[in-house]
Amino acid sequence: MASIIGKSVKRVEDKRFLTGKGNFTDDIVLPGMTYASIVRSHHAHAKINSVDISQATAVDGVVAVFTGTDIANAEIGGVPCGWQVDFKNGDTMKEPPHPLLVADKVRFVGDAVAVVIAETAAAAQDGAELVSVDYEMLEAVVQGPDALAADAPLVHDDVPHNTCYDWELGDKTATDEAIENAEHVTKLEFVNQRLIPNAIEPRAAIGHYEEASEKYTLYTTSQNPHLIRLLLSAFVLGLPEHKVRVISPDVGGGFGSKIPHYIEEALMVWCSGQIKRPVKWTAERNESFMTDTHGRDHVTKAEMGFDADGKIEGLRVKTVANLGAYLSTFSTCVPTYLHGTLLQGLYTTPAIHIDLTAVFTNTTPVDALRGAGRPEATYLLERLLDNAAREMNVDPAELRFKNFIPPFDGVDQPGYQTQVALQYDSGNYQPVLEKALDMVDYQEFRTRQAEAREEGRLLGIGFSTYIEACGIAPSAVVGSLGARAGLYESAQVRVQPTGKVSVYVGSHSHGQGHETTFAQVVADKLGIAMEDVEIVHGDSESVAFGMGTYGSRSLAVGGSAIMKSIDKVLEKGAKIAAHKLEVAETDLEFANGQWTVKGSDQSIGFGDVALTAYVPHDYPEGLEPGMDFSSFYDPANFTYPFGAHIAVVEVDPETGKVKLERFVACDDVGNVINPMIVDGQLHGGIAHGIGQALYEGAIYDESGQLVSASFMDYTMPRADDLPMFELDRTVTPCPHNPLGVKGAGEAGTIAATPAVVNAVIDALSPFGVSDITMPLTPERVWKAMQTQTKEAAI
Amino acid sequence: MIPSEFEYCRAGSVEEALDLLAQKGPDAKILAGGHSLLPAMKLRLNSPGAVIDISGIGELSYIKEEGSHLVIGACTTHGDIAKSTLLSEKIPMIVEAAAEIGDVQVRNKGTIGGSLAHADPAADWPASLLAGEAEIVLASSSGERTVAAVDFFQGLFTTDLGENELITEIRLPIPDAYTKSTYVKFEQPASRFAIVGCAASITRSNGSCDKVRVAFTGVSSTPFRDQAVEQALEGQAPSDDNIEAAAEKAAMSVEVMGDHFASQEYRKHLAKVYARRALQAVLS
Amino acid sequence: MGVPISVTVNGQHRESEVDSRTLLVQFIREELRLTGTHVGCDTSSCGACTIIMDGKAVKSCTVLAASANGSDITTIEGLAQNGELHPLQEGFKEEHGLQCGFCTPGMIMTAVQLLEDNPQPSEAEIRHGLEGNYCRCTGYHNIVKAIYHASRKYKEVSHG
Ligand SMILES: Cc1cc2nc3c(=O)[nH]c(=O)nc-3n(C[C@H](O)[C@H](O)[C@H](O)COP(=O)(O)OP(=O)(O)OC[C@H]3O[C@@H](n4cnc5c(N)ncnc54)[C@H](O)[C@@H]3O)c2cc1C
Ligand code: FES
Ligand code: FES
Repeated sequence: MASIIGKSVKRVEDKRFLTGKGNFTDDIVLPGMTYASIVRSHHAHAKINSVDISQATAVDGVVAVFTGTDIANAEIGGVPCGWQVDFKNGDTMKEPPHPLLVADKVRFVGDAVAVVIAETAAAAQDGAELVSVDYEMLEAVVQGPDALAADAPLVHDDVPHNTCYDWELGDKTATDEAIENAEHVTKLEFVNQRLIPNAIEPRAAIGHYEEASEKYTLYTTSQNPHLIRLLLSAFVLGLPEHKVRVISPDVGGGFGSKIPHYIEEALMVWCSGQIKRPVKWTAERNESFMTDTHGRDHVTKAEMGFDADGKIEGLRVKTVANLGAYLSTFSTCVPTYLHGTLLQGLYTTPAIHIDLTAVFTNTTPVDALRGAGRPEATYLLERLLDNAAREMNVDPAELRFKNFIPPFDGVDQPGYQTQVALQYDSGNYQPVLEKALDMVDYQEFRTRQAEAREEGRLLGIGFSTYIEACGIAPSAVVGSLGARAGLYESAQVRVQPTGKVSVYVGSHSHGQGHETTFAQVVADKLGIAMEDVEIVHGDSESVAFGMGTYGSRSLAVGGSAIMKSIDKVLEKGAKIAAHKLEVAETDLEFANGQWTVKGSDQSIGFGDVALTAYVPHDYPEGLEPGMDFSSFYDPANFTYPFGAHIAVVEVDPETGKVKLERFVACDDVGNVINPMIVDGQLHGGIAHGIGQALYEGAIYDESGQLVSASFMDYTMPRADDLPMFELDRTVTPCPHNPLGVKGAGEAGTIAATPAVVNAVIDALSPFGVSDITMPLTPERVWKAMQTQTKEAAI
Repeated sequence: MIPSEFEYCRAGSVEEALDLLAQKGPDAKILAGGHSLLPAMKLRLNSPGAVIDISGIGELSYIKEEGSHLVIGACTTHGDIAKSTLLSEKIPMIVEAAAEIGDVQVRNKGTIGGSLAHADPAADWPASLLAGEAEIVLASSSGERTVAAVDFFQGLFTTDLGENELITEIRLPIPDAYTKSTYVKFEQPASRFAIVGCAASITRSNGSCDKVRVAFTGVSSTPFRDQAVEQALEGQAPSDDNIEAAAEKAAMSVEVMGDHFASQEYRKHLAKVYARRALQAVLS
Repeated sequence: MGVPISVTVNGQHRESEVDSRTLLVQFIREELRLTGTHVGCDTSSCGACTIIMDGKAVKSCTVLAASANGSDITTIEGLAQNGELHPLQEGFKEEHGLQCGFCTPGMIMTAVQLLEDNPQPSEAEIRHGLEGNYCRCTGYHNIVKAIYHASRKYKEVSHG
């Protein structure tokens, strides 16, 4: 049988989605279900004097109304943060509570003040409209750096200077010295703007308390149902975990925004307990804009020093990270351990230092968003490199070749120890860029660009070579860095008596195609048909445990857990087969679903062995019946995919509008189980990255109003904004996981943004433009041309 | 996402609609394609007491030639207009404007009458209707009147439409065979409404521009005909230089809007660029 | 206030009484329990709710159920015939045109009209035709390919 690993097997899950039979949270209707509408603050910062619910309770169909006072009286804790980062001086970070409904003051536009529950969604909305809140306005602070000003209003009264923590990584002295002594220093001050995630499925949650069994069920749009169960039961509501079931059915995209434990989840569960009926909340898109955790929002000053030969000597970074009004689940590790640790990039930079301050502001909480920290790191590096190349008059590709870490496979050569705590697993960086340059036909482009310039047309090319850390992560390592959970994964492989296989995985699929990729792995390893494998995920009742899906970890960590269980299945199978064939285990070899006695045609099939395990009449002595194995896999290291992306743009010299002409990418994500799915992940990631470069950005006014709170004001990339993406890959297997895979979910986003921005800057190089703030809207690009033209004229 | 409660009234004819309008008073709203009204009602920015649904009135949906005019029923959808061969032959800018509106689903539902009544400053229709010297027919239970497009648009979401009036028809004089027209648009990237929409219609004889009509939408709170541009070109034989010079005069006489997608300064600049592009397209 | 309506949905005749403010998408999802039609926004932007109404692609979140009286509606559930996937459904599967599947029904219903109007669209025409539909997962690359795939299939069918 030919292996199905590496084949573009069509997806198992497609049929239900294609025929309208998906099962998303909002599709679920439970008997007796009620509907919740949440009253949210329209102010960024205001004291709540009183909340009047009398008119709301009088609305026909309204069942109950709860306010922040009810939550406070019930002594319910807020939603916790999952990662502790300490101040430089060792003090613990500031961790103000994030209550399910606020009672004292609102801290961002969208903060939840009350919940109205009714027989219909319409009545709930009617009620919510009639809850009247008496606010006393307070001055708001919106931008990260402003939060540090001496006279800045305090988001939390007991958090001085609005500072959650300050943090550093790397060798400061060596870095200062390197920059000081550098032949050339490239500097960049920029904003990595705040993004709004906008998974197309809005968040939703249904709480369901069953009085008779005292069980709580939460249906939620989550990337990690078990984690939600843990936080919900142990930290927020104090419920016995075994009485709490969390189900994440089909989830319509996450991109990080469905990792955190949100107040609405706990609130629906609690409300259901109060009224003893199921309660459903589905976000309206404007609520998604206001309350789905946002991403990025760094204000950064970066300097890169080079020697006369163009070798990077040092990198110094100073960043203010805006965490929003409250700490979301993983908010604290994103700008630190998922960002500072990636500043080595693909380069041999001998000295690196980052100094970072994380602040509270009167804005939506910030957490992981596709890439989470790594896009910010890559943006910084790649923008610096392209600018440096221009300043030093070196070709940007050449400059990268000069600085790449030499190849290492992590087997014969050791992993690469960076200056910023990580050890890369395996890498071979030159070929990805070489390939990408070939794909784009670099030399030809430069000729075309020069000709176009003669005609007044502005073509540009931009590079980005990136590395990212995926497959998060060794529990002991992350634990030592402040994680409050382990980051292993679990998988149970249950061989049914007929040889069919059910696999229960803690990873969660919300578009990644686990039902296909995982089944491919299992079918291949067991030598059975894919149809005979069923992947079960997303329900804490059927799946023993799991840490969920984020950080491109599912196959690298979850897949490895499956492999461990498969090994156990095969080990036991071999014992049974040996017994049946009356030979020693060592005389057997397993291939294509058969145990065969070496050098003979005597064999026994997987199905027969499975049946024997459950009907153990003729069975090895002392061996337990059954064939059902669980495993936990704790990775030995992160995995480190890398690649080179190149964007080609044309800028309209009159309007500043950017047209993306081509997008070329050569990625190395380790071994590939299903190329079709991996390419799909890259496409989506690239589009997201292009979105940040050209279109997307949350806009707050000074009073803290979210101006871009709808699709009419926040630009999402559309089909006609994008070209076909041209992809290729190299394969450098991961040396430390059994599948040799690295992860592909975020690569595109990480790499694409700087490639596109670099391309626009390259197009504008005749104007001497060296930076434009993202997103590169037509107006900003046009303005950049104006300013520089004027300056040139003076 | 769910509107406040209201009374739903279905009108089967223009007459019925007018009766209902008179009956229900100022708290009633006409519903045509619903693509401006319903989004506002869903967000509860607009909560009428009654809704008079005219979307089923077949007699308001047509495109036909009537003597010297092309007439379009108020309930004709943007999509039907975009596909009209009659319009595309006679007044191409009308078809081009229709095709620029929103997306295919929006065009399938939204109507020309609804867009005019709504008078969104960034709507596409006004530019080409102004340049085409359209007239708008308004009916009420007390009769019918016709208003020139220039007089109809009065300001931000404000028109000459009376409370109990219904737009029934848009009338466009059929230009002679020497007239060419176009509509060009720089769109707001998120909503894809117009940041600058420019329509130009030019009649030429013996190489010179006899009649020039240039109108803008999106630029100012009220759509407008730009006579400075028109006059700069009228009577001239077109050349790159005088097209450029005419375009430079764009949006000089109006208060230009600014927002986070396009500041005043940039919008003004775009008006010039798009005026030039429109003129060039028509005169090439 | 109940408004009586009579509609044909996926070939089946339905009589019902709806609240005046019920949106067509609510009627389809909640009353008919055809939950393949999704709601992704509140500004009529995302297209996840797209259905075919009297032969045209329409955002069902921006139509009152009451206004749909007398109309003929097809939702994603009505596309496959006799268990046979529609060429577009087939195309999306073959070309991996969906990931999370949330935008998919709306994409497909929009594409139904796109191919009806223009059976052999170019890449640019396909992209332009999807102006009213957002997808966050696929970067549209494979959606474009899926529709192209289906268009070739249409061609085979119509040319024997
Ligand atoms: C996502 C999206 C994108 C859009 N993009 C664009 C765009 O790019 N350019 C653009 O121009 N527009 C755009 N629109 C608006 C669209 O064109 C609307 O269809 C149009 O503005 C309103 O027409 P309607 O028939 O839908 O009117 P409705 O929403 O039914 O009504 C709008 C208003 O007009 C009144 N009204 C309707 N018909 C009449 C009548 N015959 N007589 C008197 N009053 C009447 C109503 O009472 C209401 O106040 C967009 C809309 C959406 C949802
Ligand atoms: S839900 Fe209808 S367009 Fe978004
Ligand atoms: S497949 Fe997820 S939004 Fe399109």
